[in-house]
Amino acid sequence: MEQIPFFIFAAIAVLSAIGVISVKNAVHGAFYLMITLLQVAAIFILLRSPFLAAVQVFIYVGAVMVLFLFAVMVLDIGKEELRETFNQQGVIAIPAVLVMLALIGYMIIGGKVLAPAGNLTDDVLIGNSTEVLGKELYTKYLFPFEVVSILLLIALVGAIVLVMKDRKR
Amino acid sequence: MLTLTHFLILSFLLFSIGVAGVLLRRNIIIILMSLELIFNSANIALAAFSYFLKGLNGMVFVVFNITVAAAEVAIGLAILVAVYRNRKTVNVDELGDMKG
Amino acid sequence: MPDISLIVALALMVIKVFIVTTILFVLPLPLTYVERKVAGHIQVRLGPWRVGPHGLLQPFADMIKLILKEDIVPDKADKFLFKLAPLMAMLPAFVVYAAIPFGDKWTIPFIDREVTLYIADMNVGILYVLAISGLGIYGLIFGGWSSNSKYALIGGLRSSAQMISYEIAVSFSAIGVVLLSRSLSLLEIVKSQGGNLLHWNFFYLPVGPVWFAIFLIGSLAEINRVPFDLPEDEGTLGAGFHTEYSGMRFAFFMLAEYLALVTVSVMSVVLFFGGWNAPFNVPFVPPILWFLGKVILFIYFFMWVRFTLPRYRYDQLMTIGWKILIPVSLVNLIITGLMKI
Repeated sequence: MEQIPFFIFAAIAVLSAIGVISVKNAVHGAFYLMITLLQVAAIFILLRSPFLAAVQVFIYVGAVMVLFLFAVMVLDIGKEELRETFNQQGVIAIPAVLVMLALIGYMIIGGKVLAPAGNLTDDVLIGNSTEVLGKELYTKYLFPFEVVSILLLIALVGAIVLVMKDRKR
Repeated sequence: MLTLTHFLILSFLLFSIGVAGVLLRRNIIIILMSLELIFNSANIALAAFSYFLKGLNGMVFVVFNITVAAAEVAIGLAILVAVYRNRKTVNVDELGDMKG
Repeated sequence: MPDISLIVALALMVIKVFIVTTILFVLPLPLTYVERKVAGHIQVRLGPWRVGPHGLLQPFADMIKLILKEDIVPDKADKFLFKLAPLMAMLPAFVVYAAIPFGDKWTIPFIDREVTLYIADMNVGILYVLAISGLGIYGLIFGGWSSNSKYALIGGLRSSAQMISYEIAVSFSAIGVVLLSRSLSLLEIVKSQGGNLLHWNFFYLPVGPVWFAIFLIGSLAEINRVPFDLPEDEGTLGAGFHTEYSGMRFAFFMLAEYLALVTVSVMSVVLFFGGWNAPFNVPFVPPILWFLGKVILFIYFFMWVRFTLPRYRYDQLMTIGWKILIPVSLVNLIITGLMKI
């Protein structure tokens, strides 16, 4: 029963991902990327983690993509359409990607990558994974959590310093 | 019945598309977006493993991943804005001054 | 043979979705009328008066006008995104209501069946509402960009900057509410405010009113209402991001804007003013009436604000967002956490 929604989400995600890398205009690329990200959120719901889905929509679609669009619109990069959009590395890059596709595809389909399959029966994961996730974050993963928050702070300061116009000169 | 393979194949397809985007495109913004695709494919794989292994470790890592991706985008776009101010281009082929 | 109760549950769900959507579609008609009347009376004039008694048919006249108007797509516009933008603004405004609880349970008379007065009780309801209502911004951004007009572009730019800045403050106030109510589910949040007036999150002194103020200011900025309506500042930007839109496409933007106003009123009531809970123990008043009454009060409040306050400058807007709201909410978060230990 869950297969039908999965295939719909997956198909839309892959098609719009192809859209992202093949469009000429960066704003259209952002539009397609937004659709892909929404499908990924739907996939998270199929994986019984509504919290991840909400965070995905909230942070990726709600903030990161808006930031992308803001940058594209501020710099007015939409006008670069005339130039060639793809570079000349295609001759090397496309075979490389195809070989990688074949290799990892062989490993996945051939069953080299495994996890014991089966539906989740634990109440924890189906019912209220959010609460358990929160507890894990603040106990077992407290140190990585703090490191990540410092990383965010550094990124915040770094971004401001990078775009600040030099006032002294 | 959905199995782990379904999710891994989806994750892997998105990953390949992202890599292709990074390798093939010239526009630096599209390259950043392709990086986001790669991040997302990793997130799908982590969440799928977490679900099928009946543990929460993968999901915790997805949360960290999303945080790191947000930081990456902030810095990436800041560098982009700084570069565009100085060079008036977002074409990566024209930004090769650091080549030895 | 399939399970009967499952089919009934599904049918009930469809009916609920249908009712909510219909109400939301019709809602802008009375709201435009009320808004103009409120404007009129605040500014000591009559407001709409000509069409029908007391101008009551004015919204219908407006609707007919908007339907009959020519649908113009500018020649240089990006056609694909230009046509999609109004829908992208409108859809999230509806989808938000999937998680909003209008009441707890209600027994239908005669057939004696209990129905819940919400479409879905999500265990991440508050995150869902914040995330989905944030998606409406794409309509504004894409609409502004695809019009290929500088006024529209600047309108879209301003709205995206405004949205990113104030989203943080609004999220902080949501965290505050989650700390006070100890749940992410909107249903649980309302239930935790049961009892009388003093159990409402707003009256959790001293932090409740501060959270509410942050939420109110941030939301006003996010839905582009006065005094933060810079994306559609008539004085400097024409009509802002929807300068190039006409007819029904313009109507969709207006619809989305009114629905966002209703959503913010509903969320204020749910998060801070006890949802359907009565302030005092009054017999015979059904909970849904309390809910609607509070929402209507808030809608009136927002209209009152709109016609009373002047507009902020853009740099003032950014200062309020980054230098006042965020530090205040950080301090408030620490105080709330200490009080809740």
